[in-house]
Amino acid sequence: MSDWGIQKAALGERLAAGQQHARGKVVPIPSLPAFLKAVIRSGDRVCLEGDNQKQADILASALANLDPRHVHDLHMVQSGVVLPSHLDIFEKGIARRLDFSYSGPQSARIARMLFGGKIELGAVHTYLELFARYFIDLTPNVALIAAVSADKDGNLYTGPNTEDTPTVVEATSYKNGLVVAQVTEIVDKVPRVDIPGDLVHFVVEAGRPFYVEPLFTRDPAAITETQILTAMLAIKGIYAPYGVRRLNHGIGFNTAAIELLLPTYGEKLGLKGKVCTHFALNPHPTIIPAIEAGWVEQIHCFGSEVGMEDYVAARSDVFFTGPDGSLRSNRAFCQTAGLYACDMFIGSTLQIDLEGHSSTVTTSRIAGFGGAPNMGSDPRGRRHPSEPWLKAGAEADPDSNAALRRGRKLVVQIGETFGERNTPLFVERLDALDLAQELKLDLAPVMVYSDDVTHIVTEEGIANLLMCRSKDEREQAIRGVAGYTDIGRARDAKLVDQLRQRGVIRRPEDLGIDPLDADRRLLAARSIKDIMLASGGLYRPPSRFRNW
Amino acid sequence: MEKLSFRLTAPNRAGGTRAQTIVGVVASGNLEVLLERSLPAGTCTIDIATAAHGFGAVWDAVVRDFVARRAAGGLRISINDGGARPDTVALRLAQGVRKIEEPER
Repeated sequence: MSDWGIQKAALGERLAAGQQHARGKVVPIPSLPAFLKAVIRSGDRVCLEGDNQKQADILASALANLDPRHVHDLHMVQSGVVLPSHLDIFEKGIARRLDFSYSGPQSARIARMLFGGKIELGAVHTYLELFARYFIDLTPNVALIAAVSADKDGNLYTGPNTEDTPTVVEATSYKNGLVVAQVTEIVDKVPRVDIPGDLVHFVVEAGRPFYVEPLFTRDPAAITETQILTAMLAIKGIYAPYGVRRLNHGIGFNTAAIELLLPTYGEKLGLKGKVCTHFALNPHPTIIPAIEAGWVEQIHCFGSEVGMEDYVAARSDVFFTGPDGSLRSNRAFCQTAGLYACDMFIGSTLQIDLEGHSSTVTTSRIAGFGGAPNMGSDPRGRRHPSEPWLKAGAEADPDSNAALRRGRKLVVQIGETFGERNTPLFVERLDALDLAQELKLDLAPVMVYSDDVTHIVTEEGIANLLMCRSKDEREQAIRGVAGYTDIGRARDAKLVDQLRQRGVIRRPEDLGIDPLDADRRLLAARSIKDIMLASGGLYRPPSRFRNW
Repeated sequence: MEKLSFRLTAPNRAGGTRAQTIVGVVASGNLEVLLERSLPAGTCTIDIATAAHGFGAVWDAVVRDFVARRAAGGLRISINDGGARPDTVALRLAQGVRKIEEPER
């Protein structure tokens, strides 16, 4: 006779061991080290909550301070490897194996540790992909999560930064895993129940808020004329002709410029109400002028953004908010929305090769993916039509039966031909390939695959890859917008000219855009202070962005 | 500091009558461009002092495209470069040509 209660029994043992260090569900901070040692077993699969924004930082430090003689060989399954402590856990030998999604600020150190063999890498995922695996083959035994407040029964209020928490808790708690939350404070009644208490086993009162990174704040003062030109090209050459209403914007300065050009340049082109009405988007401060000018009907958010809380709460017609008034974000749902309900993704990258593969990996940095490959991919399971999706599908395959033809999601890579320190955007060979070779990975970490990308926008023009009919055309279309990079200078001028005649490549002058009109005066806000003023004082920029 | 000099045949004569003008600033990632109307109408010279070494081939491509596409005939152009990217260089050169076409105020 099989015993079908092994996992339940194991959870019972963890609960009993943890209870030794808790009063009810509440673990006092001084007991945290002993508590973690009691509930975590060597070899456990552990989800330490943290993504590109919020961090269960107190629990991360406590985990990193465990003695590797007691707890070792953990398998970390987490969205973000972002805090130094996330890697200290590996440095000290507490954890060995890692499956993750994003590693922004730790990208250089994680690369060194991978080369040094300190980390055994499972895979680098997109957010949605890692969440999916939480429910199939990477289900956590223990989840260490973060919330704003809890009541004594463990009901959690996550505030505007709900993000990954519901997904992590769902996968862990319903599969006999243990859920431990750090909260700023224990209260009698939480403002709203984001996570029901019966899914949460223990709470730790940290006495201070969990760390949140203002990752999506772009200072308009740093936007260049070239970025404004790329934004003008995108608006007039892609947003307008396809009528893109439902979309996701990446994190870079080019898309920040687009957001700030909507109320000025977009207005002049008569596009209000015709483009950019519905977003899957974090609450970017740079979207405020467009919201205030009445462009945006609805935004669903992956996470929040530091300083945007009051503004979002005051604009509940646009954002999803709870009965307490504050933003409800949810990364898994927003990633799904971006994948299936958006007609366009537009974002920047670090390297594009001659086929159109793009990557943010350089040999010394592994920044991970986050959500971009999911946003920036064509969902094969999509079945509902929309104008941009059908138009893109027709451009890619004009001769097939329209009723049997898949549409295409617009996946746009936008950037200047040279990036920081004069590094070319276009390369013969992606650094990701060298990295894959060195680490013996089966797959090179590619952000957006060539067969997903539909357009490349640089200051030199727009390449429409949907209209390329051969590998050679595709290569010349890419070279044709690669400016003065080695790739650009090695173009076949005659072929590029033919592509331009066919409208595969469109130059600023083909779109009636004078590069000399790309002026910072076009930006609806030219500084963080301008954005704050546009919000009527509701946006409260973090101090690092205040220079007044 | 690297110095580069180009003397090119210019198909389009610079418009307007201003004797000289200056655009941009010397700063990291930026450049200052001085344009003087002091050469025969079919010629353009460009003298570059740049903080970034080893970009001669890129400069060559940028200035040749500029002279071919814009009205640069008759101009003696001097550039103080703080390591600007080629797109910024092309933009400043175009801004300079537009400015020298404008009437004096």
